[in-house]
Amino acid sequence: MTRNRKYVFYGLIFVLALAAPFLAPDYQTQLAFLWLMILFALTWDIMGGQMGYNSFGNVVFFGIGMYTTAVTQRNLYFEVEQYVSVSGLVDAVTPSQYVTGMFLGMGAGAILAVFIAFILGIGILGLRGHYFAICTLGLTIAAGETAGGIDYIGGGSGMVAPVFPLALGEKGIFFYYVLMTLAVMTFVVFQRLYSSQFGLAINAIRDDEDKAEAMGLHTTRYKAVAWCASAFFLGAAGGATGNLVGFIDPLDVAFAGSTFGVWMVLMAILGGKGTMWGPVIGAAVFHITQELFWTYLFGWQRVALGALIVIIVVFFPKGIMGFLHHHWPQLFGQTVDEASSSEREGKA
Amino acid sequence: MKVPPRFVPGRGPFPTMIDNFLILFDAPVFAVQLLIDGLLVGALFALVAYGMALVWGVMNIINIAQGEFVIMGGYVALTVANVGIPIVFGLPLAFIVLFFAGWLVFRIVICRVVDQDLFTSILATFGISILLQQLMNQIFTADVRTLESGLGMWFVLDNMVTISQIKVVTFVVALAFGAAIIMFMKTSRLGQSIRATAQNARAARIMGINTDRVYAFTYALNAAICGAAGALVVMTWLVHPFGGLAYTVRSFMIVVIAGLGNFPAVVAAGIGLGALENYAGFMLGTEFQMAFIFGLLVAILVWRNFRLKKQRMVLK
Repeated sequence: MTRNRKYVFYGLIFVLALAAPFLAPDYQTQLAFLWLMILFALTWDIMGGQMGYNSFGNVVFFGIGMYTTAVTQRNLYFEVEQYVSVSGLVDAVTPSQYVTGMFLGMGAGAILAVFIAFILGIGILGLRGHYFAICTLGLTIAAGETAGGIDYIGGGSGMVAPVFPLALGEKGIFFYYVLMTLAVMTFVVFQRLYSSQFGLAINAIRDDEDKAEAMGLHTTRYKAVAWCASAFFLGAAGGATGNLVGFIDPLDVAFAGSTFGVWMVLMAILGGKGTMWGPVIGAAVFHITQELFWTYLFGWQRVALGALIVIIVVFFPKGIMGFLHHHWPQLFGQTVDEASSSEREGKA
Repeated sequence: MKVPPRFVPGRGPFPTMIDNFLILFDAPVFAVQLLIDGLLVGALFALVAYGMALVWGVMNIINIAQGEFVIMGGYVALTVANVGIPIVFGLPLAFIVLFFAGWLVFRIVICRVVDQDLFTSILATFGISILLQQLMNQIFTADVRTLESGLGMWFVLDNMVTISQIKVVTFVVALAFGAAIIMFMKTSRLGQSIRATAQNARAARIMGINTDRVYAFTYALNAAICGAAGALVVMTWLVHPFGGLAYTVRSFMIVVIAGLGNFPAVVAAGIGLGALENYAGFMLGTEFQMAFIFGLLVAILVWRNFRLKKQRMVLK
């Protein structure tokens, strides 16, 4: 695509995105979740796709953000002892309190998530291949189980976010724009990162980490930055999602390894890992399919999810973007970089 | 192997932890009880870990679906008992059924990822693990299930310590089973070709070994070992569809500590893990037992990483 057509394309998508909750008013919450899914896929892809570090633990940062926001909102305006898990006492927040609490909480959540990502990263990011993947898998469950045992954040029975004040308009529209802003920010920041030297460095880590190190790259630093960038957006998105869902369960909402944790992997691979638009397309396709058809599966959704992962990984590993690259290379700009990396994969 | 721990009102983690720690000193029989229970579980963990080490060593695949095979074995034994067949046959039947299940999984999925990068194989087995656990959830519902063996208890040390007979039976059977598999690997022709393939697949192929068949057999044997372990698990403790990941993680920890293909070390690590887990479950409260297992995994890997880092010459 030429430069002009590219901007027209971006502009069209942006206008469509701004208008979407008014075009489909019945699906505002689902559309808000669509942006969340896009954010999930993008933040997974920086680790899994661009850097080749298969992380099953990104959802930890999402949960941290969610809990931090809920705790911030609670501690700002309520006595901890008064605050009960039933929403009776909770609807006493004014709109300005709600918004301040939520955005402060999201900021705090994002910062805490980055901090924890950094601390964990010191220990974990030196691990390679299998070890990293399984370590992050353990991390998700350890985080969920630990959160479920701590009384301060509601233990296993979870926490309730403050009730959304009616004066702020429709809940769906409000969170649609919050999550949209976050997802667009993620996209723009990641696009900047990938087109800079940083992007080349993490791609080098994916292709051959030992060689990258031998060439003088401080690989651990790059890995830590990527992991922190991913944690930052996940932490902020977690805060907003906690308020959107309204109820924070440690294992099913916050540290939901079996839903969000799996979906983010699946969406990124479905769209085409290691590409800019792949995760976005994968998230959109997955989320729309899920909303439209999955009720017809009568409880077999999660079985289908497992089967889908296997099928995509084994038979369709390049995803939708890979398919497009292969069939219409002139339209979907096959760059030199990608050509050489696919050749290498063919040889290996 | 408790049900996923839930919130217990009015109990913070730390006071209980200290109390429980002191109990161990005030009444040492508790410590003995925990140790015995832990040791007896450990053999099972070691058996499952040996299967994982087998697949890892031969095919360079970490089988995340390991725990799901264990739970499947448990459900096979349960179904067999419900049909009315004596429960003694549960173990061999679970072995056979899981052998074919493993063969099938290999033929459909694993054979396509054997020679690909780690990334692909780990995601593929992760997908299989989700598929199997949700399938079991659909078929057997999410209830916690167990199988009554009908065996009693031994009371020792002035009736203060109980030893359940089925746990002892499990311990002995698991070790005997492990020994039988080692013998098979050492002496039989197929076992030799498996070991040859593990050492150097290319050379083995040149020497006329059908490595594809060896891979299939290894994966199926691993599933069968897990199935047998699962049949013991359902009689000794309990199974539920989402309990599999804990077994995967335990076997992974054991293999990381003990190394590949060193059976005595695997048994020692398995038994040690069993005991440690029991003590932790007692001290932290059962709601933190799962958190402990998965936290321990992270701790072990980080420790291993720091140890390896010392030996590496890298940029500072």
